[in-house]
Amino acid sequence: MRKFRDIYEKIIVGVLFSSSTITSLTVILIIVFLFKEGIGLFNHAVVDDNHVIAISSQNPVKDLTADKLAKIFNQDYATWQELGGTKDSVKILTTSTLMSIYTEEQLGANGENIPSKVNEYVKAHPGAILFMSKSFLPADFAGREIAVDKISLKKFLTGTHWYPTSSPIPQFGIWAIIMGTLMVTLGAILFAIPLGMATAIYLSEIASMRLRNIVKPIVELLAGIPSVVYGFFGLIVVVPLIQKGFNLDVGETILAGSIILGIMALPTIITVAEDALRTTPRALKEASLALGASEWQTLRKVVIPYAKSGISTAIILGIGRAIGETMAVLMVTGNSSNIPTSFLQPARTIPATIAAELGEAPYGGLHFKALFALAVILFLFTIIINLTVEVIKNKARKQSA
Amino acid sequence: MNKNINQKIAFSVFKLLSFAVVAILFVILGFIVVRGIGVVNWEFLTAMPEDGMTKGGIMPAIVGTACLVLGSMIFAFPIGVLSGIYINEYLPENGLKKFLRMMTNNLAGVPSIVFGLFGMALFVNYLKFGDSILAGSLTLGLLALPVVIRLTEEALKSVDDNLRLASYAMGTTKLQTIRRVVLPVAFPNILTGLILSVGRVSGETAPILFTVATYFLPRLPQSIFDQVMALPYHLYVLATSGTQIEASKPMAYGTAFVLVAIVLFINVLASLLRRFLQKKVKMN
Repeated sequence: MRKFRDIYEKIIVGVLFSSSTITSLTVILIIVFLFKEGIGLFNHAVVDDNHVIAISSQNPVKDLTADKLAKIFNQDYATWQELGGTKDSVKILTTSTLMSIYTEEQLGANGENIPSKVNEYVKAHPGAILFMSKSFLPADFAGREIAVDKISLKKFLTGTHWYPTSSPIPQFGIWAIIMGTLMVTLGAILFAIPLGMATAIYLSEIASMRLRNIVKPIVELLAGIPSVVYGFFGLIVVVPLIQKGFNLDVGETILAGSIILGIMALPTIITVAEDALRTTPRALKEASLALGASEWQTLRKVVIPYAKSGISTAIILGIGRAIGETMAVLMVTGNSSNIPTSFLQPARTIPATIAAELGEAPYGGLHFKALFALAVILFLFTIIINLTVEVIKNKARKQSA
Repeated sequence: MNKNINQKIAFSVFKLLSFAVVAILFVILGFIVVRGIGVVNWEFLTAMPEDGMTKGGIMPAIVGTACLVLGSMIFAFPIGVLSGIYINEYLPENGLKKFLRMMTNNLAGVPSIVFGLFGMALFVNYLKFGDSILAGSLTLGLLALPVVIRLTEEALKSVDDNLRLASYAMGTTKLQTIRRVVLPVAFPNILTGLILSVGRVSGETAPILFTVATYFLPRLPQSIFDQVMALPYHLYVLATSGTQIEASKPMAYGTAFVLVAIVLFINVLASLLRRFLQKKVKMN
């Protein structure tokens, strides 16, 4: 009987232990999956194996980087001169232009004449650049293939163009998205700090117990409202207000995102900061008051300095709440991929970009991988925030010990 | 004299700003309630959407959200409570405890959209569940897990240690003490935690975007491998990407109202339940 009970308890402890490992396991799995897909972006060929980019062998231009190629296909250059080549005009040849230049008869019923026509075209136009299926190239092709650079981490982080679907050279520069994320977060925190700190101080130091018991649940209720409802409210109320108030063409701006995110960060900031303020020992406060300091002086010189680390934790957690928020931002910031220079411009953030584009990105493609790489960046941001909070907490614990 | 005036000014500013925070909540709630309450009636709650979602009701979205909440709680609640018990009752203050707490905090800090991506990568693609209630529920469950663990831990921590010692003194084992003494006392708070995480899960949009939610599906789910509509995603679609945004606005207000009503109801229910059960435990 005794033995049976021991085994039973051991099994239970085993079950309890395995349950407690699930969170750690999930964190590890999240890291593995995000990194696995995200890193794929940097090993993956930009143009897939079945397609090819080529120029005429008479064309002397060298060092065609992915950026230049993207511009060429975007028809930003009229001639090759700007790229250090001849005065030949840039002629883009893709499958669809091929169809418009030659008739179906010329190309053959099953496209059997396509390779020879491609060759004919390239020979006639030294400025030709072509992008098409490899199978369309003739055996004696009069041009040379160009190997497109793989995407580098530096390009990814500092590139300013986010054109994930442009063909044949998609561009994945996330600088504008990072700037958008940081600006929206900064705005949110600037909005939330005065309101949040004032409320925390009011609740912990000034308000009567009765008022506190009314206000506290209201603040907690703010945390319970779904983000999509905040987004909806922002879209219907805040966005038009900003549009009219500042006389803008569109009201979907960083400012709108900041206000909504600021409101959403309030409960976190208020709750954590209030808890921190409340831990100030009564003896400290009373000592200050006994010296003739007013309550306000005590608050400023004793309570707030004592709660400093808790207050910074509150603000950092508020930043964490704002930086990862998806739906509300997606609905009110306009999602422009230009680098924002003021709070009255639209911008896009990392989470909003992922939410808006993942549905349309083909599974396993470059765009798909780029969105996972964005998620890795976002994940790193939040890990840094969490670790900072841990460090501050540990420091405070050491100081008080 | 000067310092009293300073204090008056400062305290008035704090008071004003605090009331501004309260006002913000009332403005948001008031706005949703005033615009939405006229739309909501029995038909709105029980009919399928019609005419490009400009008429009819939102029943499939309500049912979908209910399925997702239920599914995620079946997963997150037992695991969360069990690991809360393990961390708080079994582990001494050592490195492992610190590590598990840190991991739980890290998971709690992961943005919801990252959960969505992860759920898509693991459940939808790797485990081949497809876009399904199962994949969505598991994703939401993982998101709710840190919340359940934390609230369970807090509930257990608030149990007076003397109760445990008294129980041990009677010769009980650790497990018996936990089951017969600690859990019954902590139960109201654990239950409150469960209800609050239901509130959290029912409003999440980003994690279900790529794991289960569908734009328009006017029928009820048949199995856990079906896609569903869900209230928060439905509101997002109606507000931003519907074909007739103006015409579907009343539907959007109605949906927002239902969503907010659920959240409010859950919060009130949680605090009432806590009060009621606490009284009951005290009386025993």
